[in-house]
Amino acid sequence: MNEFASASPVAGPFAHARSSIGRTMGLVMLALTPGTLIGLWQFGWPAINLFVVTITTVVVVEAACLRLAGRPVRAHLFDGSAILTGWLLSLTLPPWAPWWIGVVGGLIAIVIAKQVFGGLGQNLFNPAMVARVALLISFPVTMTTFVAPTPLFSEGAPDFVGGLAITFGGEYYDAMTSATVLGQVRTDLTTGLTLIDILPSTYQLSQAAIGTIAGSLGETSAVLILLGGLFLIAKRVITWHIPVAMLATITVCATAMHIFDPAVFLNPGYHLVSGATMLAAFFIATDPVTAPVSARARILYGIGCGLLVYIIRTWSAYPEGAAFAVLLMNACTPLLDHYVRPRIYGRDRRGEPLAYADDTGEKSR
Amino acid sequence: MRLFRFRGGVHPEDRKALSGDRSIERTTLPHLLHVPLQQHIGAAANPAVRRGQLVRKGDLIGERQGAISAPIHAPTSGRVVGIGRYPANHPSGLPVATITLLPDGEDRWSDELEGVADPFALTTEEIAARVAAAGVVGLGGATFPAAVKLNLRQRYRIHTLIINGSECEPYLTCDDRLMREQPVAILDGARIMAHALGAERILIAIENNKPQAQAALAEAARAFPDIAIARLPNRYPMGSEKHLSLALTGRETPARGLTADIGVVVHNPATAYAVHEALRQGRPLVERVVTVTGEAVARPANLRVPVGTPVEHLLAHCGGLVEEPERLISGGPMMGQPLPSIRVPIVKGSNGVLALTGREVHRREPMPCIRCGQCVAACPCGLLPLDLAARIRAADLEGAVRHGLMDCIGCGSCAYVCPAHLPLVQFIHYAKGEMAARGRARHKQIETKRLAELRTARMEAAKRAKREAMARRKQATAAKQPEPVEAET
Repeated sequence: MNEFASASPVAGPFAHARSSIGRTMGLVMLALTPGTLIGLWQFGWPAINLFVVTITTVVVVEAACLRLAGRPVRAHLFDGSAILTGWLLSLTLPPWAPWWIGVVGGLIAIVIAKQVFGGLGQNLFNPAMVARVALLISFPVTMTTFVAPTPLFSEGAPDFVGGLAITFGGEYYDAMTSATVLGQVRTDLTTGLTLIDILPSTYQLSQAAIGTIAGSLGETSAVLILLGGLFLIAKRVITWHIPVAMLATITVCATAMHIFDPAVFLNPGYHLVSGATMLAAFFIATDPVTAPVSARARILYGIGCGLLVYIIRTWSAYPEGAAFAVLLMNACTPLLDHYVRPRIYGRDRRGEPLAYADDTGEKSR
Repeated sequence: MRLFRFRGGVHPEDRKALSGDRSIERTTLPHLLHVPLQQHIGAAANPAVRRGQLVRKGDLIGERQGAISAPIHAPTSGRVVGIGRYPANHPSGLPVATITLLPDGEDRWSDELEGVADPFALTTEEIAARVAAAGVVGLGGATFPAAVKLNLRQRYRIHTLIINGSECEPYLTCDDRLMREQPVAILDGARIMAHALGAERILIAIENNKPQAQAALAEAARAFPDIAIARLPNRYPMGSEKHLSLALTGRETPARGLTADIGVVVHNPATAYAVHEALRQGRPLVERVVTVTGEAVARPANLRVPVGTPVEHLLAHCGGLVEEPERLISGGPMMGQPLPSIRVPIVKGSNGVLALTGREVHRREPMPCIRCGQCVAACPCGLLPLDLAARIRAADLEGAVRHGLMDCIGCGSCAYVCPAHLPLVQFIHYAKGEMAARGRARHKQIETKRLAELRTARMEAAKRAKREAMARRKQATAAKQPEPVEAET
């Protein structure tokens, strides 16, 4: 039930910027399209299958939940928020993962992370990231088996039937596996090698930027994701605060540590283009529902995300920490929103009315 | 001149082209004029005429009551045919005290009206008294009695008078047209007000979407070195007096204060024009310029209308409606209010009549808040509208007050940008109204208690007096009675 359906407000405004939730979600999807297409092309039919399975799951599950909750199914389904959640989730999955990863992920994202909290706008944590982290912890091997890109229709790429076999038939594809850069570096560092030995054999920075490397579907082409993010800023769907604060923090941390010991700490370039950095900065951390609402709080939130990403990547047991970082900062959002507010016109930061020291204003009475 | 930025604000499509090029026209007189006795903030006026009485244009028909009030004058010559109640120009459409006038068609001014040869020889009090007697109120829509603002000199040191010609509401062009057509009279009125206020300078603030008005006033102001034209960027709500003074002086008005706290008084150009008329011609405020526009209006126009003219008369003058409007608004689309019917009269505060189509209003069913923060970015007051709305919906009105409910100016920028189409202003108006009602209830309770205590005390005192009187009487009788003869012992 829409609780305002019968009300016709007396108060204005009687004009509107003509924005809508559906339009916002649509623009985000549009911005994701180039990076997604490149990813799907790189990883071929299995990736396309997984993408379709994940999005179908979230749509079906969302419709079922809305029905159960007695909300208007059409209005909420067509606002695009569920599709976007499924889309973002599939971008963070290993592209050749089996079908049930997408289904379980979709279920967790929509049911546990979103609808149980009360549906659109009510969830504390980013649904796609909750699903990803739950999958990562529950199925660590499946969630960290990556393949080297085998572009669609290229030699050695699975054809349509081969794709179905990999996604739905559980076909073994060990021969094709390949580690992500951050994963490889983590493994090699523990064997006593230094970065100077590891990196040249691992990959080139430019490859990571374009996206011809192993990784999750949407983690590959940093440049296209960045362009999509800039498009969103230009369209005023997101503000610059979170991405800039987050990327700047990662850059500062990585630069400082790299200068401290170049043999152990990756240089900032690798941190910025590899892993989910760009995707997280522009598309995940900026999720309006789970991020703070005011500019200063957003900057603090972005700094927190950046710091956590760097700390988790560098010192924790996981090679990539964007999902954990975003979820941890999601938990801080209510606090940030409560304590970091804009200053109210005519009041100082403490909320007291302004007082001017000079002679303007009231004559002494 | 240097301008300062204020936070937030929005850039609605201004739609001023619909009526901006149409010069101010006079309407014919309607069959009947319904002149409400309350057209201003403060106490309503008291009827000063009898039924059947003949009046001329400008005659006093309603006397002001108390310090904050304004008198009402006859908008044309004719006969008073009714002193009763008539639907108000207010969303409620409730009947209010109204004087109904049957025009005689001659529109003859009273011949007792006399201007002042040199208003600059008058004192503040004399100017304010004349402005008050002419029934001039703020014509930007707030309708605060102008004379009260002119008397601020007694309590504040005023250095700047701002003439607020920003007209930031979309669609409205009445101030624009008046500034283009009457720049000299507006400047004269402004100079009279500045003289009364003791202000050293006058700033004429006009948004950049009105270049002809800027040029007209700049031309008229050339002779006066203490008058400057401020060319403002287009941004809603530039015309909010607290935000306009910030944009021009770089200073914020303290919360709950007046712009006079920072030495600034703001008046609308139409008010300045009315002051000019009142001082130079002795003419009270009986008519105003109204923009009639919107896509549903056949021929949008700017009309000079006697107060009390029914809205339907204006619409008829503009060729009627070409389609059923989705909304009929009094004022601008951002802060205006729905008209309950087209029979209600134009009042002193009516700056626009808007007949808006569904395409223009773009109303959609509200969706859940996605916390996008667009309302926070748009709020010129630094509030979190989504937070206020959530608290109000949870009936936590005290919480909303703690987080700035009363600092909201109701500009509607938040609801304008909200992608979920939430009626944020409606929530806030509801909460303000509810808090005011609670305040009144509390006041009533305290007052009742005080009166009850007084009554008890009075009763006590009366009882005590009675008892004492009785005791005295007893004593007196006792004294009067002869001493009882001592019994022989």
